[in-house]
Amino acid sequence: MNFTKLVLVVGSAVAGIASQSSAQQLSGAGATFPAPLYQRWGVEYNKAHPDVQVNYQSVGSGAGVKNFTAGVVDFGASDAAMSDAEIAKVAKGAVMIPATAGEIVYAYNLPGVPSLNLSREAMAGIYLGTITKWNDPAIAKANPGAKLPDLAIQVAYRSDGSGTTYVFTQHLSAISKDFNDKIGTDKSVTFPVGVGGKGNEGVTALVKQSPGAVGYVEYGYAKGNGLSMANLENKSGKFVAPGIQSGVSTLANVKLPENLRIWPVDPEGATDYPIASFTWLLLYKKYDDAAKLKALKDFVAYGLTAGQSLSEELGYIPLPAPVVEKAQAALATVQ
Amino acid sequence: MASAAAVATLGLIVYEIVFGAWPAIQKFGLGFLTSSSWVPNREVFGVLPFIVGTAASSLIAILFAFPLGLAIAIFLSENFLPLPARQAVRFVVEMLAAIPSVVYGLWGIFVVIPLVKIFGAWAVSVFHGVPVLETLFAPPAYGNSMLTASIVLALMILPTLTAISRNSLTAVPKTLREGAYALGATRWEAILGVILPTAAPGVVAATILALGRAMGETMAVAMLIGNSSRLSWSLLSPGGTLAGLLANQFGEAEGMQVSSLMFAALILVVITLLVNLLGEAVLRYTQKQTAGIN
Repeated sequence: MNFTKLVLVVGSAVAGIASQSSAQQLSGAGATFPAPLYQRWGVEYNKAHPDVQVNYQSVGSGAGVKNFTAGVVDFGASDAAMSDAEIAKVAKGAVMIPATAGEIVYAYNLPGVPSLNLSREAMAGIYLGTITKWNDPAIAKANPGAKLPDLAIQVAYRSDGSGTTYVFTQHLSAISKDFNDKIGTDKSVTFPVGVGGKGNEGVTALVKQSPGAVGYVEYGYAKGNGLSMANLENKSGKFVAPGIQSGVSTLANVKLPENLRIWPVDPEGATDYPIASFTWLLLYKKYDDAAKLKALKDFVAYGLTAGQSLSEELGYIPLPAPVVEKAQAALATVQ
Repeated sequence: MASAAAVATLGLIVYEIVFGAWPAIQKFGLGFLTSSSWVPNREVFGVLPFIVGTAASSLIAILFAFPLGLAIAIFLSENFLPLPARQAVRFVVEMLAAIPSVVYGLWGIFVVIPLVKIFGAWAVSVFHGVPVLETLFAPPAYGNSMLTASIVLALMILPTLTAISRNSLTAVPKTLREGAYALGATRWEAILGVILPTAAPGVVAATILALGRAMGETMAVAMLIGNSSRLSWSLLSPGGTLAGLLANQFGEAEGMQVSSLMFAALILVVITLLVNLLGEAVLRYTQKQTAGIN
């Protein structure tokens, strides 16, 4: 008697699970930065297409690339576009599609200083440890009207390996030879000063807690947490405030090469925000499952078009039209 | 059968770590343990600051937890309070062990960091100019520092230390206690002169085991210690631990960095294994000693 009941219960459970799997499952893994956006896309897309479920795991760009190369996910995502060597390791070939973009801001905590201009010298000097106080002449020069306190600068950086650090250090290495020699560019670097926080959230928390703190975070986090953001000097010598407009300006002026892998390392336009970068979706060149291929292409197409309208709300930079066109062309090459 | 499986698993873990660490072991050798620069993009790796950080945070945690834990253990093993009250206190202390590490980290961020910042600002101004203390409390006073991590670690290892010490104290045979009182000792003379010395090896074992626990603690420490790869003598400066290093950097590491992190993992495993083995050995010795008395 008991055994029969057990079989009935287990049988109905299995049937329940089996009926769910008739939905098309798309699994992806990768960067933490665009995760909120991709997950939102998954939810919205599922509302319009209930038979497709998108599952995105935010495990980090590095782990995302590893999973993608190993073939255990349907698509990957990375803040750092794959190098040629990495692409060569992917058996089914790889297509990189820019999906969204972000800006990295200098979030600071200085009560009484609502607006701050940071020159290129100041930007690098703070993280090199050569500029240690907020009223240092290098900072004061660019802020004639502001009352900068005699407060020590508490620097915050990312303790974990991250695409954000990569893009940030890449820009500083380009604008400062000292920075390039002493620190360099990588997903995790050793800064000579400061405190490490885990994730964008960790750095945000560090900046919020200490008056006199400064840290580099993605625009969405700074905006969402009400942090003050500095205006950065770009190559043309103009101080540009972070925001959707300045980000779009940078990205629109970028000349995308054939494989869509480009870093606007030191943008030249007058209204360009200096630290902005794309984040890429990684798809295989060839998919064996026709139904999966169709669902995936449809989902990515959604992301590149209707999905872009969700970017601003979540703190991401919407892709400029020329980039969307090139991305759609790349998507068409996925068979 | 099950114990063979457990031993085999441990062996497999160690083998995998050594295998992963081999490239780094070959490249850096023992210099890995003495070098202070950890620069992933230049492929220069050295874990001295992290070994020092692990040792320092654990030892300072013991410094805070030992007097507190021993006092609580003595309190719980004597009848200062009626039995129900004692059981309630014991329950609360053991519940501290049930709180997840991440929750300790969050509590540390919201409660301990502001307090340490206030203390730090005071300490920097007061100890300025005093020979040793000046270096220990050197400016700038960060909130995320060695001191913060040590305080929270002390709370985390308190249950272990208290529980095992209490067991050692109650395991002291009644004949010894009664003998002390019969000779006219006051309660405190009995505790300090007879009971504590008898239970001493057990208390030492408790401390060593608590030390082992502190060295392996990852999440709470990573959230509070500031994760810096620079060696510093100041308690108010950020530091780093081996466990925190692994938690932070493993996800995004590639190539030689992965091997170096595996090498760091190997060092951590060896240290904690040794500490725990030592603690177990002392505990075993204690039990043999007190078992004979009757």
